[in-house]
Amino acid sequence: MKSSGLPEFLAMGGYGFYVWTSYVIAAIAVAVEIVAVRVRLRAAMKSASGSDHALTLPDDTQ
Amino acid sequence: MRPMSSITWFKLASPASFFPLARRLVPWFGAAAAVLAAAGLWLGLLVAPTDAQQGDAYRIIFIHVPAAWMSMFIYIVMAFWCAVSLTFNTRLAAMLAQALAPTGAMFTFVALVTGAMWGKPAWGTYWAWDARMTSELILLFLYFGYMALRNAIDDPRRADRASAVLALVGVINVPIIYFSVKWWNTLHQGASVSLTAAPTMAVTMLAGMLVMAFAAWSYAIAITLLRVQAIIVEREKNTRWIGDLAPGTR
Repeated sequence: MKSSGLPEFLAMGGYGFYVWTSYVIAAIAVAVEIVAVRVRLRAAMKSASGSDHALTLPDDTQ
Repeated sequence: MRPMSSITWFKLASPASFFPLARRLVPWFGAAAAVLAAAGLWLGLLVAPTDAQQGDAYRIIFIHVPAAWMSMFIYIVMAFWCAVSLTFNTRLAAMLAQALAPTGAMFTFVALVTGAMWGKPAWGTYWAWDARMTSELILLFLYFGYMALRNAIDDPRRADRASAVLALVGVINVPIIYFSVKWWNTLHQGASVSLTAAPTMAVTMLAGMLVMAFAAWSYAIAITLLRVQAIIVEREKNTRWIGDLAPGTR
């Protein structure tokens, strides 16, 4: 792409809406997933540290 | 630290030993994903030339194609772990399958949305019920169905088995998606990248797409290893080794 400034780059030859909607939705999807997984892990760790632990080690195949 | 040789594969198959390994690997795959994504975006948005036929709308493929590849690949990996968990009755395999499903659904969603965003300027419509698009939508419903079935069953071991059967039945959909553009006369175009034919695209376009695909791959590994930690803790929280992980509880 011949770059002659930011407005032209953002215009994407007239396809700016389609291109940037795609990139923004993908970025949001990834960001939401990262935050959700971190929240889930933190909640799980917190919940585990509050429980009373059975004195059994996990065996492999139950 | 123990020498590597003493860690057998059998030992790694237990959630208690896999947990610290997953914890160590996440930052590496996360960093690789970030670096590759930055390089891929630079190639795709700034280096690759404007396409002669499609103009700059084609730049959507740097997201769309890797997301579509991952949506199918993650399903196959998920089904593989489901088969392992059914065959050998191992908990970790079921946990890995459980950890893969939301990420697979996320990539499927991104593939569908970016496909619609490309379809409008290229074909004049956001959506058509053609074989490729319909089978990809079914893939999204398979991920949702797998997750919903898991959530509907209280006993995690029963949830493992029931959802594994569903995942394995659904795997037939993946070759249907992949070959749909050959088997049926679809609106969706054929593969842009082929192992047997010379690439029909500029080298920088191809490079951008492959780098983005590796970024998606690294991301999927990182996020799955992070989520599997949460799943391990959720499912093993009444065991002693989890208690030992939480500081200040004893």
